[in-house]
Amino acid sequence: MNPVLHPLTLVTFFPLLGVLVLLFMQSERKNALRWTALITSLITFGISMWLLAGFNAQNPDLQMVIDLPWIQVAGWNISYHMGVDGLSILLVLLTTFLTPISILSTWTAIEERVKDFMLFFLLLEVGMTGVFLAQDLFLFYIFWEFTLVPMYFLIGIWGGPQRMYAAIKFFLYTMAGSLLMLLAILWLGIYQGTFSVPELIAKGGIPADIQLWLFLAFAAAFAIKVPMWPLHSWLPDAHVEAPTAGSVILAGVLLKMGTYGFVRFNIPLFPEAAVKAAPWMALLAVIGIIYGAAVSYAQKDIKKLVAYSSVSHLGFVMLGLFALNPQGIQGGILQMVNHGLSTGALFLLVGMIYEQTHTRDFDVYGGLWKLTPIYGTLMLIVALSSMGLPGLNGFVGEFTILLGAFGSESIGSPWYAGLATIGVILAAVYMLYMFQKMFLGPEGSVVEEVKKHGHSIKDLNWREIVTLVPILVLIFWIGLYPKPFFALMAPTVDKLVAAVQAAAVAMH
Amino acid sequence: MLLSEIATSGPDFFYLAPWVVFFPVIGLLINMIFGGRLGEKAVGGIASTASGLTFVVAVLLLISLRTHHEGATVLLAEWISIGELQLDWAFRVDTLSTTMMLVVGGVGTLIHIYAIGYMHEDVRYKNDPGRFRRFFAFLNLFIAAMMILVTGDNYLMLFVGWEGVGLCSFLLIGFWYEMDTLAQASTANAMAAKKAFITNRVGDFGFLIAGMIMFWAFKSVQFDTVFEAAHHVAEHNPGVILAITLFMLLGVAGKSAQIPLYVWLPDAMAGPTPVSALIHAATMVTAGVYLVARSAPLYTLVPQAQFIVAIVGGATALFAATIAVGQYDIKRVLAYSTISQLGFMVAAVGMGAFVAGMFHLVTHAFFKALLFLSAGSVILGVERGHHHAAHGHHHDDHAHEHNEVFDPGDMRNMGGIRKRMPLTFWVYIIGSLALAGIFPLAGFWSKDEILAEALSLNFTVYILLAVAAFFTAFYMGRQVWMVFFGEPKHEAAEQAEESPPVMTVPLMVLAALSILGGALNLPGLGTFTHWIEHTYEKFHLHLHHGEFNITVAITSTVLALLAIGLSWVLYGRKAVTQDQPDPLKRILGPVFVGMENKWWVDELYWAVILNPYIALARFTADVIDWRFWHDWFHDKVIAGTFQWVSRTLLDRWFDQRGIDGFANGLADSTKELAQWLRGIQTGFVRNYALSVFIGVVVILGYLILQ
Amino acid sequence: MLPVSYYVGLSAVLFAIGALGVLIRRNAIIIFMSIELMLNAANLAFVAFARVHEALSGQIFVFFVITVAAAEVAVGLALIVAIFRNKQSIDVDQMSSLKG
Repeated sequence: MNPVLHPLTLVTFFPLLGVLVLLFMQSERKNALRWTALITSLITFGISMWLLAGFNAQNPDLQMVIDLPWIQVAGWNISYHMGVDGLSILLVLLTTFLTPISILSTWTAIEERVKDFMLFFLLLEVGMTGVFLAQDLFLFYIFWEFTLVPMYFLIGIWGGPQRMYAAIKFFLYTMAGSLLMLLAILWLGIYQGTFSVPELIAKGGIPADIQLWLFLAFAAAFAIKVPMWPLHSWLPDAHVEAPTAGSVILAGVLLKMGTYGFVRFNIPLFPEAAVKAAPWMALLAVIGIIYGAAVSYAQKDIKKLVAYSSVSHLGFVMLGLFALNPQGIQGGILQMVNHGLSTGALFLLVGMIYEQTHTRDFDVYGGLWKLTPIYGTLMLIVALSSMGLPGLNGFVGEFTILLGAFGSESIGSPWYAGLATIGVILAAVYMLYMFQKMFLGPEGSVVEEVKKHGHSIKDLNWREIVTLVPILVLIFWIGLYPKPFFALMAPTVDKLVAAVQAAAVAMH
Repeated sequence: MLLSEIATSGPDFFYLAPWVVFFPVIGLLINMIFGGRLGEKAVGGIASTASGLTFVVAVLLLISLRTHHEGATVLLAEWISIGELQLDWAFRVDTLSTTMMLVVGGVGTLIHIYAIGYMHEDVRYKNDPGRFRRFFAFLNLFIAAMMILVTGDNYLMLFVGWEGVGLCSFLLIGFWYEMDTLAQASTANAMAAKKAFITNRVGDFGFLIAGMIMFWAFKSVQFDTVFEAAHHVAEHNPGVILAITLFMLLGVAGKSAQIPLYVWLPDAMAGPTPVSALIHAATMVTAGVYLVARSAPLYTLVPQAQFIVAIVGGATALFAATIAVGQYDIKRVLAYSTISQLGFMVAAVGMGAFVAGMFHLVTHAFFKALLFLSAGSVILGVERGHHHAAHGHHHDDHAHEHNEVFDPGDMRNMGGIRKRMPLTFWVYIIGSLALAGIFPLAGFWSKDEILAEALSLNFTVYILLAVAAFFTAFYMGRQVWMVFFGEPKHEAAEQAEESPPVMTVPLMVLAALSILGGALNLPGLGTFTHWIEHTYEKFHLHLHHGEFNITVAITSTVLALLAIGLSWVLYGRKAVTQDQPDPLKRILGPVFVGMENKWWVDELYWAVILNPYIALARFTADVIDWRFWHDWFHDKVIAGTFQWVSRTLLDRWFDQRGIDGFANGLADSTKELAQWLRGIQTGFVRNYALSVFIGVVVILGYLILQ
Repeated sequence: MLPVSYYVGLSAVLFAIGALGVLIRRNAIIIFMSIELMLNAANLAFVAFARVHEALSGQIFVFFVITVAAAEVAVGLALIVAIFRNKQSIDVDQMSSLKG
């Protein structure tokens, strides 16, 4: 097939076409720019749907593989190698799904330098999709680092008052981890003679002690991105300062790149090391769950609360992945999607009220449900989804993760899952705290404050509802009938688990 | 199905089971989407119809079960399926779940109808008529969730309903979220709602852990699979079953308001009264009892767990009854009474008397719903009276009306209401006597069955429950005297008005049920016993059959009459007003202060759990995460060290002094040399010529002299 | 025929006079003339030695010198005129703008 028209190439690089069009447009015609970006991202979403239609859920291996030699000098075998399987299909869809939603959310929020914003946003989509599809370590690394650039500008130009600090911290922090990964990638490429992930997995045979170092090097990059406790310090800054759409993508997709990295590279490439590290990863994950939940509860800034809740939620994902059994890993991958949806929606909702009130301080809010019934109801549903109410998506992921971790042989003790379950209580504590502070009780002082400026707090408009409805549909769908989602990943995860179990058996 | 088959085997309506969930969901959606354009009557009517249809389905299931004792499981869809984990949306129809469906659907529908009248006035007193629709949407949502709870065929589907009803409870307790129970701007109701949800989550934690242990022990959480394998697992690993049942007890304690998690239920009275009746008395709070009854095949395997459950139930029954004695709010007395009665049920199912527990669950649903609804009627009546009184004063006493916050639920404001609200009075008396266990009302039969079982199974629990029964009769007597008898203590009570028929008709139906409910399981007939036993037949459970014990019956009746008499002595002869202490306080002194203050359990929890957690969270967030980790470690240590290394060490010292120093030194010395050399450049041609000349001379001299 | 040392001696005297003139006189034209004198002293020595060695190259060199001197006079005088126009003087001691 023509490599340019290959579905994976198309879904990754189609936004570049939009970038090209944007470049030739006048920067004053803001609405035309917005529409162009939105339509581009919608077409990209359409392409990803086409991808899904062609995806064979029964096949555990990589599909629609495209593998062209790229840099082939001096024994270096770098190729343009892309493929999709059960581990990545949902994340690709999540990326193409959240991008148009985020663009739609910027309609009135971004008024300055609209053209640049849309350019960076579409470039970001290219990088993210590429990360999830690349099957060559070198290519992956390029996409991985590439995502930093647009995000850096999104935070640095359109962010809040401390944006430069946050943008630089985000950039440097992530970069520091990636460099260790680069070293490990180079080691693999040189000593194993290939950068292709499937070939590396098939080859195997890396001595256990070296495996552990390579595992740690990769883990450094991914753990920062996730972020795992205690490497989370960049997250609250980046989230609080980023514009709404940036936060949505950051929480919804960029963090998933870290967890995805673990399940795509760390576990299959270094299975023995993964089995050995599982209890330690689980320990960090559980600390993250409890710590994130406790810290969330004590925040005074709404966005910060949501940011720290990510630390807690991603702890669940990590716990599930390192359970190294089907329940844990499938739950972990589904929870990546769930977190993308519910935390993405939370950031959208916080952004919507911020546009009107220009404050995120809990103390000035209160009683909003009466003024904005639709907004309140949607926020309630999303908060409930985030705290894992059965019947909504969060529960399906959380329960399968906890169940997997509880009986995981690699983690070796049900205590981890037991402690993590306390996180479920604490999630209710901080989420209800947020909901109560904002929506219940008597009217907060912000209502008067807004009135003073000659406005009144308005309920969501049609555009905002349209932005949120797709997410809500998925929240209910995954909660009530997650079967199609699990079905997409089940064969791939089973194969991965079988490989890891074989390695674990060989170790003993 | 052929007609002849129906004739021989009876009708089979099991396939209708999922509709007990669908009907309320449809009602909820209709009201949510179109409700804004419909009037109150239509909104209430749709919601009540939806609820009523679930009752119809439940009745059809009952008819089917009369011939098909074994029941059925209706598979709707696969839910989660990963490896060995197989969870379905499957509806289980057996006598146990159908009993619950009948209670939820039946009592639920009556309460829906009552709420049409109640909420009509409530939303107007609180100045937000738009909220009428929201109430019925939540109520339907509750019915749907409760039905999922009781019909789920596996523990996880049960858990969906379990948390779902918790959510509805949160929404309805916080229904008037911007005020407190006296309609003053406050976060009190919202806090009560949050407290309920979070306390329940603590219980749910236990439930989840139990579910996880169960899955890894049985590789399933489906009822039949687990129960059939239970014997086998218990033989090899009895500790597992014990762990499952005890963690499950934590869940039960949360949902059914048992020690130590009962604290949320009294605060839950912040919700509108129909909510208190439906959720916090008749149905949701009995979910824990249902869970233990459902898990009977597990509990019967571990006597230690049974003992603990029974003791928890018995202790709760007595403890809550003592607190009920010291309360002044009409609904709070009933709330503590509910906790106490739930203790009876939990004790019963804990001891293994599952039928007795379920029987009491049903009768309690009748008379406690009746009591709550009548209490709501009283409160509204007093409120109406208060408005009348306020109107009367309107001309002469403006300031008075605005300053005083009137509490229509405080029993010390009432008195003499029997004359103003005769119908409510009579049904209240019926409910109270049923609760007190007076022959031949429903409560007598079910409570005596529990007591008779307790006497033969666990004497400690029998003593606890018998004393609790005495207290029950006493606080109900106290309440009736204070509310309905004597002289009105407030002009609001003086002018109280009877409620409209939409409210009183459901009351009369419930009153009839409270009188006749005992007929379900009369000694000798045991209709209900046989009915419930069909559920357990499959697992060959040897249920204990407590025989009707005339001694127990007489003892408890005498105790109850004694307690009522005592309450008359203390409260029936002289009115209690707000400015004078309770007559019992003079007798009991500090003990009564404890009862009045709920034994300071809330304060204890604040001091031991909540405040430490808040302090810990703040400390972690502000000090550890922000000041230490973010500001100090990252900004000072990492970024600061980097900056020091780059700016001071490398830049100023190494770069500026070392490398720059060398390069600049080179330039400086060149410059100095040039400075010195420039002296030669005089600019005078002749000087240059002379120097050329001298040079020539020197060179020539050198050449010659060489 | 006179011995060559006479010619060389004359040439040396002429050269010394020219060099002295360059060193001690301040008038640019005089210095110019002194330089001409030095050139011609050199020419004289060339011609003398060419005769002695019976080689034509010395005489050819003289022609070159005369040509170059002519060109030099043209350029030099033009410069002196230009300087005079600027400074109203041709005293070389007043011209020290190249001082370091």
